[in-house]
Amino acid sequence: MTALWLLDLCLVAVILAVALSAVAARDLFAATVFFVAYGLLIALAWVRLDAVDVALAEAAIGAGLTGVLLLGVTARVHMEARTPGPGRGMRLAIGAGCAAVSVALAAAVLSLPVPAPSLVPAVEAAIPATGLGNPVTAVLLAFRGYDTLLETLVLLLALLGVWSLAPDRLWGGRPGLRHRARPEGTLAWLGRLLPPIGLLVGVYVFWIGSDQPGGAFQAGTILAAVWLLAIMAGLSDAPPVRSLALRLVLVAGPVVFLGIGTAGLFVAGAFLGYPPAAAKTLIVTVEAALTLSIAATLALLVAGAPERAP
Amino acid sequence: MTATLYGLTGAALVGIGLYGLIVRRHALRRLLAFNLLGSGVFLLFGAVAERAGPGGDPVPHAMIITGIVVALAATALGVALVLHLARETGRAEPDPPEG
Repeated sequence: MTALWLLDLCLVAVILAVALSAVAARDLFAATVFFVAYGLLIALAWVRLDAVDVALAEAAIGAGLTGVLLLGVTARVHMEARTPGPGRGMRLAIGAGCAAVSVALAAAVLSLPVPAPSLVPAVEAAIPATGLGNPVTAVLLAFRGYDTLLETLVLLLALLGVWSLAPDRLWGGRPGLRHRARPEGTLAWLGRLLPPIGLLVGVYVFWIGSDQPGGAFQAGTILAAVWLLAIMAGLSDAPPVRSLALRLVLVAGPVVFLGIGTAGLFVAGAFLGYPPAAAKTLIVTVEAALTLSIAATLALLVAGAPERAP
Repeated sequence: MTATLYGLTGAALVGIGLYGLIVRRHALRRLLAFNLLGSGVFLLFGAVAERAGPGGDPVPHAMIITGIVVALAATALGVALVLHLARETGRAEPDPPEG
């Protein structure tokens, strides 16, 4: 117990130090590297909070994809901010204000009600009807299906927003620059070595998600990373965004989810409801389609606006 | 005990992120600070979930995963906007306030 407590204290201290460094670092590149380290450390914090599903998502998205996204843009935006920041006095005042926000939140944490309110009994009572063993997947795909459906639509909207920043003549073209790696270099080697392993892990994380930590979002992120790696290693090129096949993959998840959800109106009596006898099959079908769409959407979000004519 | 410790960490992270968001001028630094702030909120929420008992409350966990994914989407849109701004104006920050 004491050893774990000590580990928690060290982890928290390092997390806060890295977060402070990410804000205080002099240049953008250093700040970004601190932020990636922060994402990995926070994933450990999630394990300590018994939230392994969240830890997987955080490691894959928070540290992985966000890191690729930010490091990529750091390499392209070299200019420093020209307008000076607030002066020393103002910074002190802002710091005091932000500290006050933290103190108020800390006070709220210390005065949380005992016993803690919990939805665990409600989830445990309802989960047999879904046939799933992982309560987080049951919440995402069944109990709060609305959230997940809308989330996948938000992802598509964000992607449309990114694409719409392309100039007219590049509309529908390929995102990002064509990547080339030295054929005998490390990147090309990793680009050949990792994708098969990544594919296997991605499919496993999707399949195991019904009963163990994992699921469509974590698996989709891993598959997106595999695809991005192949693109960055120059082994495959980003597809033109006007490609019909690509667009079908992008909407497959939400369409299957909406279709099965609407059918729920007639066979289960509620939108996004599942008939108990077929619940698990239907949920896994929705998850499979979502995994594909999430992988494609996240990879294209990171790849950015079209920059080469179709 | 663990929940309280990480809850307090979340509270501190919100303050750190908020400070970066206000003080920094560079749009990418702000985007980064915004992610720290959001991560602090998630950690607070996760600490509350942990108090529900061993294994934690799955409902907040699911909502945090949703939040992490949406934060990535927002960050990607932000990055695309910054790239556009840099290409159009040669600057990486919004216009300074008038006056």
